[in-house]
Order: sequence, then structure tokens, then C-alpha cells
Amino acid sequence: MKKFKFRFTRRAFAYPYMIFLLLFVVVPLVLILINAFLDESDKFTFQNFAEFFSDAGGGLTVLGNSLIIGLVTTLICLVIGYPCAYLLAKYHASNRVLVLLFILPMWVNFLIRTLSTKAIFMALDVPLGMGTVLFGMVYNYLPYMILPLHTTLVSIDHSYIEAAEDLGADKLTVLLKTVLPLSLPGIVSGITMTFIPAISTFAISEILSSSKIFLFGDAINMHFSKATNSFGVGSVMSLVMLVLVVVANVFVNLTSKDEEVKSVL
Amino acid sequence: MDDKIIEIKNVSKSYSDKPVVKNISLTIRRGEFVTLLGPSGCGKTTTLRMIAGFEQPTSGTILFNGEDITMLPPHKRNINTVFQKYALFPHLNVFGNIAFGLKMKTVPDGEPTVNSKGVTVQKMRHLTKKEISDKVNAALKMVDLEDYGHRAVNSLSGGQQQRVAIARALVNEPQVLLLDEPLGALDLKMRKDMQLELMQMHKQLGITFVYVTHDQEEALTMSDTIVVMKDGEIQQIGNPTKVYDEPANAFVADFIGESNILSGTMVKDCCVDISGHKFECVDKGFKFNEPIDVIVRPEDIKIVPTKDANCLIEADVLSCVFKGDHYQVTALTHGDERNEIVIHDNVEVKAGDTIGLYIKPFDFHIMHKSRLINELEGEMWESNVVYLCDGKFPCVSDLPEGTKVRVKVDFDDVELTDDEEDGTIGATIISAIYKGSYWQYIVRADTYYDFFVDNDYEWSIDDRVGIKIAPDKLIIEEVKDEEV
Repeated sequence: MKKFKFRFTRRAFAYPYMIFLLLFVVVPLVLILINAFLDESDKFTFQNFAEFFSDAGGGLTVLGNSLIIGLVTTLICLVIGYPCAYLLAKYHASNRVLVLLFILPMWVNFLIRTLSTKAIFMALDVPLGMGTVLFGMVYNYLPYMILPLHTTLVSIDHSYIEAAEDLGADKLTVLLKTVLPLSLPGIVSGITMTFIPAISTFAISEILSSSKIFLFGDAINMHFSKATNSFGVGSVMSLVMLVLVVVANVFVNLTSKDEEVKSVL
Repeated sequence: MDDKIIEIKNVSKSYSDKPVVKNISLTIRRGEFVTLLGPSGCGKTTTLRMIAGFEQPTSGTILFNGEDITMLPPHKRNINTVFQKYALFPHLNVFGNIAFGLKMKTVPDGEPTVNSKGVTVQKMRHLTKKEISDKVNAALKMVDLEDYGHRAVNSLSGGQQQRVAIARALVNEPQVLLLDEPLGALDLKMRKDMQLELMQMHKQLGITFVYVTHDQEEALTMSDTIVVMKDGEIQQIGNPTKVYDEPANAFVADFIGESNILSGTMVKDCCVDISGHKFECVDKGFKFNEPIDVIVRPEDIKIVPTKDANCLIEADVLSCVFKGDHYQVTALTHGDERNEIVIHDNVEVKAGDTIGLYIKPFDFHIMHKSRLINELEGEMWESNVVYLCDGKFPCVSDLPEGTKVRVKVDFDDVELTDDEEDGTIGATIISAIYKGSYWQYIVRADTYYDFFVDNDYEWSIDDRVGIKIAPDKLIIEEVKDEEV
């Protein structure tokens, strides 16, 4: 009979993480999946799905709003972040401190940042609403856009830029026809790194709109915390969120695989 | 053929005070194949980049067709470059890469018209899709890649990428094509093929090629004119035959082809003394008893029997190696001061044999020494200590502290130490030339003064060494203020 013998190999170093993964990622996911099919008296049901997709509680509308706000946030981040990352990359060698300044806000807890932002808006008598929510979102997620863009832009071989200039491209054409297409992988990962957290965000919208604007993350949060005991619907919404994240990741993987082929050169 | 297309006038370039190109002047004629040749770090690529417009000279001017283009950005120059690592755009396919320049090009559209203000206006237009595709296909055909237009550039081999890079540059019909070590990444066989193809293209297109390489054989094979550079300075400009047969100085002789470089003195016109032996040569006009460098190519030395009437000097064979089309013989000459000589001949000899050597007078190449003594400016630190190149050298002089002095020291009085700390100052070997019985080094101190050093021991280029000088070997003269 074979005896189970614990052998201390390199593989053993992975066990703690495997256990962690099992306990805190796999088990909760399974629980959510089960919850999604249970009604209030713990019987099997499709009612939770029906309730969410029929938009009875306004869940679908909230999802739509979240997607729109997520998209607008990402777009604003890209428009502000790209020139920023480009300038940072251009003066990278001489100015590492500048890069640090852009990452610095990430070191402060986002709740503290958001509450401070709110305090500033209130002090300036700015009415809290969509504008302030977007400001808070962009403020929070801009570093996540700039960082991947910066990494890609810095790694672009300068000889491509020289080759373009040599072939007759002025500064603007170099930017549009060489730097921009070459930085596409950075743009894609910047967008995902901004868009995914932006659609699942909570608290920012609640705090910066005095609970007027309600996003998907807030909705899930409410379903789980409220005494109404709608864990089922909350679970369904979590699953929807999960699907969105998986779709976004697949999209990123597809483009980055393409990039691997390109970077073989 | 004789009109100038590019004129480089007194151009210097420094990066943060470190000179890379030092006051070079060069004229390139239309249709010429010019090669900038030199070891790495000699400033040849920087010179090319200044012609392309990627770098601006610190001083001096560059003329293109007689117009000053010193500060003109690269995209406004009718010059295209083939880059060392090709720099093909990975986001475009082969066709897209070649069409890149054409898409931005504008051509005159119709006849010039006169507008309401009486000014002649030339309408410009972009090339049509058809024109672009015709030109690209013609370019692909020229480099033998007709069916590769749709391919991704990274799916091509090194040689194919090289061809695409050439096609991408040539399709814009530049007046000058710059090539920055374009064959460096290819294997030997491919390199030979591409050399021939490039020469053929040059002949067909009739445009000017400026080629940068550190490969002397490539330069000799391909060029109309070779510009030999070292340390940011031009050493010699000439056609391949001239540069090979009549090198301007010991560096050129050493860098191009193999050569025996010996020190000698000119006894009189047409007579040179090397280590006590007198040889007939054809050079005139040197000063009486002037110390000179003598260069003899290994293939110009003939092995003859010692009894032969032609025998100029006897030598002992150290080694004899078969090299395919010749034997490479190393021999030590007889005499008080013995020199090691390399000979290429068809005669097989054995180590230990005594042979006679014959060299035609015409094959002794005599040249001035670039420097006879190291001479540099310094200051007295205190009595018997002189401050030179950021180091305090003990010396024999009672001049007071702070006196400006001129210091001279002979090549063989400079001592080199393996350990940088053992020397008074640290320095880097930047050139090493074997002179038959000793090595002549150029050793660069950290203050950028170059010491010439004669030494029996062998160091490699880029080695760090210490420099030491015996106190009594430093010749110190006071510099009077009015001289400064």
C-alpha cells in the first residue's frame, strides 16, 4: 500500500497560496453561485435572475448607468493621461521625480482621498452631482491609466521615431503614425485597468453625490448589507459583474497576444 | 561627377563637454560611395547622424547642395537612412513600411499658376494609391522581395529585413543614402552577397552613398572613397588603394590590413635606418635624422635564401602557419635590436630556419610620427611635486608652488602599472600598435590627455592602468606669463 508522504519540494512553497486561493476565492465564488439560485427560504429558484433581468428593482438601469459612467471616466482618463504619459516618457531620463508625483496619489487610501475631495467641493460650494462624481472617478483612476501608458511609451525604441522622421514625418505625423500605433498595447491595458475598477466602483459615487447617484457597485453593496435580505439578487449582480470582467480580460489577452508576435522583432 | 553634394565644414560635436567629433571637414561628391571607417567610438556614426539631422553639431556647418542644412530637421532633408538595426515599424507590414515615406510625399500638381497677387504658385498633391503601390512594388522588385508586400516584418529573416530597410529608404528617391553599419547583424556569407548587391544598386541608381562601418575589408571592397577616423578626427581620406598602400600614419596602417610598423630614422633622402640596418626606400623630403614610422605590408616581404644577392636582412623563423593562399611567417630579425616581422609568402619554412628577407624600396612606407614626445601643461604643487592631469607627480624642480610649467616626457619613460592604484594617476588604453620589438600605446588620462607610451608588455584596448613617471624623467620648463 502506498503511503502518503509529505515531501518538501519546491512545490511546497505554493501550498499556502493554494489554500488561501481555495478558502478566499474559490469557496466564496461557489457560495455566490449557490446564493444566486436560492430564494429567501433557501429553496432552489430562478426568481433572482428574473428579478434582476426584468429590471424590477432597477438593477439593469443601474448597470447601464455604471457602464456609461465607466466609459466616460475611461475616455477622460485616456484623453488626459496620454499626453501626460507621453511627456513623462519623453523626459523620463532626466526626471524620475515627475513620474513619482503622478503615482503618489495612489499611496493614499481612496476613501480618504474621496472624502477629502468631497470636503473641498463642499467648501467651494460646488453642487454635488454627476460632475463631481466624474471628477472623483477620474482623479482616482488616472494613475492606473498613466502607468501602463508610460511603461509602453518609455519602451518604444527611439530608432522608430528617427526612422519616421528620416522618411519625412514631421513631429505631429511621428506622433500619430508611429508613437500612437506602437503604444496601442499600453492604451488597451490602460483602458482595462481603468474601466474594470470604474464600473465596479462603490463609495466614490455615493460620497461625491450625497447618495444621489447610484452605481452598480453601490447596488451590490446595498443588496448585501441591507436588512431586506436580498442576497440572491446581489449574487446575480456579482455574477454579471464577473462576466463583464472576464470579457474585458479576454479582450486584453487577445490584443496582448498579438503584441507578443509583434515584439519578437 | 565632380560637384559637391555634401560639405562638412569644421564640424565638432560634444556630449556634455566630452568631444566625440573634433573639427572635421569633409567633402562628398555627387554619386560617390563614401565609407566612414574606424573603430567603435571614433565618431563615425555621430558624423552620419549629423548628416541625417538626428544630431546638431556643437559647432561648424553642413552644406547640402550648397545650402546650409546644419539645423534643418531630418524630415526636411532629401536624405534617407538605413538604420543599424533596420528600425522597421512592427505595426506595419512590408508594404506599409515601404509606403510610409511615400504617403507623406507631395509632388507638383499641374503647371505652376500665377495667383491674383502675381506670385507664382505651385499646387502640390499627395501621391495616389496607384502611384504609391507602383513605386513600392518597383522597390520590392529591386531588392528581390516581390511577393513579400503583405508579410509582417517580424516574419522575415535578418537579410530580408535588411532589404526591406533598404527599399524603404530608396523608394523616396533620396539624393543621398546613409547606411549605418547595415550589414553588421548578418552572417558572413549573407554579408558578402549584400556587399555586392549594394555596390550594384549604387551603380544603377547613381546616387550618393555614405556608408559607416568598422570592417576595413567591407570599406576596401565597396567604396570609392574611404574616410578613416579615430577619436573624432579624420586620419586619412583617399580611395581604397591609396589608403591601403600609402597609409597616412601608423594608426591607419594598423587599422587597415595587416602591417609591420617599425620605428626608424631617415638617414638621408631615400635611405631609412631601422634598428641599425639601412634600407633603400623612395621617400624624400624628411628632415635629416628625423625619427619616423616605417610600414611594410606582410605580403610585400619576400623570403629569399640568405646567400641571395637580394637578401637585405636575415631573420630566424618563429612560426609558419598555412593560411590557404599563403603562409604566414613570423620571424625575428638579426641585429642588436631584434624586430618581430610578419611575412605573407608562398614559401614554406620551418621554425628555427634562418631566412633572408627582401623588400622593394617602393614598399617601405615612411611617415612622420604623430608625436615625438609627450608635452603637457601643468602647475607646480610644491617644490619637487608637479600637478598634472589631476595627479601629483614627484619631480626634480625647485620652482615655487603655483608656477605654470610645461612638462615633457619621453614615450619610454612613462611607466604603466597593472593596478590603477599603483600609478600616480589612472588611465585607459585606447590604442595599441605593435612595433616589432615593443608596443606603442596611447593611454588616455581621465582628464582626456593622451599619453604616448612605449612598453614591452601587452595590454588590451580599454584596460585600466596606472601611470607612473620617474621624477628625473620629467622635463620641466617654466611657462612665462606672456607665453600664455
